[in-house]
Amino acid sequence: MFPIPIERRSRAVQITYQSLIPLALIMWLLPLIAVALFSIRPLADFTSGNYWGVPSSFELFTNYSRVFFDSDMPRYMLNSVLITVPTVIGAVALSCMTGFALGIYRFRGNLLIFLMFIAGNFVPFQILMVPVRDLTVSAGLYDTKLGLVLFHIAFQTGFCTLFMRNFIRALPYALIEAARVEGVAEWRIFWFVVLPLMKPAIAALAVLIFTFIWNDYFWAIVLTQGPNAQPVTAGITAFNSQFIAQYHLMSAGSIVAAIPPVAMFFLMQRHFIAGLTLGAVK
Amino acid sequence: MTVSPALFLLPGVLFFAVYVIIPIIQSFYISAFEWNGLGELSEQGEYVGLRNYQELFTDRAFEVSLWNNVKWLVLYLLAIPAGLFIALFLNQTVAGIRIYKSLFFFPFVLSQVVVGLVFSWFYLPREGLLNAIISFFGFEPVNILGDPTLATYGIIAAGLWPQTAYCMILYLTGLNAVDPEQVEAGRLDRAKGWRMLWYVILPQLRPATFIAFVVTIIGALRSFDMISVMTNGGPFGSTRVLSFYMFEKALSEYGFRMGYGSAIAVVLFLIMLVFILYFLWTMVQDERASRN
Repeated sequence: MFPIPIERRSRAVQITYQSLIPLALIMWLLPLIAVALFSIRPLADFTSGNYWGVPSSFELFTNYSRVFFDSDMPRYMLNSVLITVPTVIGAVALSCMTGFALGIYRFRGNLLIFLMFIAGNFVPFQILMVPVRDLTVSAGLYDTKLGLVLFHIAFQTGFCTLFMRNFIRALPYALIEAARVEGVAEWRIFWFVVLPLMKPAIAALAVLIFTFIWNDYFWAIVLTQGPNAQPVTAGITAFNSQFIAQYHLMSAGSIVAAIPPVAMFFLMQRHFIAGLTLGAVK
Repeated sequence: MTVSPALFLLPGVLFFAVYVIIPIIQSFYISAFEWNGLGELSEQGEYVGLRNYQELFTDRAFEVSLWNNVKWLVLYLLAIPAGLFIALFLNQTVAGIRIYKSLFFFPFVLSQVVVGLVFSWFYLPREGLLNAIISFFGFEPVNILGDPTLATYGIIAAGLWPQTAYCMILYLTGLNAVDPEQVEAGRLDRAKGWRMLWYVILPQLRPATFIAFVVTIIGALRSFDMISVMTNGGPFGSTRVLSFYMFEKALSEYGFRMGYGSAIAVVLFLIMLVFILYFLWTMVQDERASRN
């Protein structure tokens, strides 16, 4: 193990280390802690300039309930869910198939198609912006959740295919050979042999795509406007102009907007990190 | 057998072609027009050849954006050593270390919009915590996002926060897989500290470093959300980058110049293409090596 395990060092080093970690963590999360502290203060503290002293009253419930009941925030959150969940399902479904095709079969153009998916996944969004917006407008899908979902599915298929293909390549190929010898149809091999083995990959991709799509901002402002279809990342700017300079409410609002992906991460941590670090170890 | 792969590929390839591959080609085409985005390009657009690209050469805002992209690219790479440093710091097995690792990592799952807001409040001249700390130590408060010479660095620092977390998790995973025998062998050769890190550990972390490079470079060139949220390109356009300037030219109140915007996007695309081709080349090499 590197560096040397702390248990093998002197007692003094161990104590220093143990007390250094929480300090480092507080420093690391300082900007976020500041926001959390703002979100429980009353407005009066800001007008009187009491930003960091003891709050004159404890307004956690008032502030957060105003986010939920006095603004469009719940609608934006719902939109985010209705955009994110179908995208996750769509992108995972498509990439199970593309990953299977590229991982299992040998045919001309296999590598080329694979490289196309990877390359496409890295391009700047702006090179797609004008044509995709045009396409969405002419399909009558501008400012709809469906318009965003379709684009997200298509774009995420690039990353998901990379992920799925590499995962399938690592599966024991003998299993598929055996099924073929038995005369099992190709789609049955996909459905009954490979798909059950892909469960961990599907779980990892689902949580990753969930956070990616939930956090998207660029496409939200390019393809939608207003509370009808906009997800919470775009809605938060409208929220902030509704409560301009009311830092206690703006803070509470952005914490609410951040909760779903954070909760997803903490609940599905193992899958999330497995997905994110795929390829980081040979 | 021969049609099966085609059928499995069809839906994915079709979606990807319609929304990614074809739009790239279309953007190149649109960049040769002067078009406000209304009506059909073939009817309303005026063909101008390379004039949009000529205009870029004399556009001060384009030059500023390009320079800011360079700053992003160079400074964003600091996330890699910083991530490695934190990973080394946390690579222990003391009680509760797993929770610490998660808490160090979780800024990465916040959206860039939230990170942007959190940091713009952190930087506030009056209400911000940063200036509260600075003035506690007796210095003058600074208005980072209001100062054209500092604003870009302020945004990059905010961007480094989640990016460092990402690099950290890559390295933590990599460190977990470091071969203990090699480390012990290194210790027997009396390799310690820096020498051990450089000659024994880092070579084994190569795959993690490669991914960290890829995601950091792509992330740097994709920066948009935080600029939009924190400064909206200001003050005086000093924090624009190509991705943001393109959006301004094509879709904001500054005008609907789809052709000019597309020309900017093409330049950004070509810059990224250099890196993308390098990444692909490395991946193909690795794949060939692992097959033999």
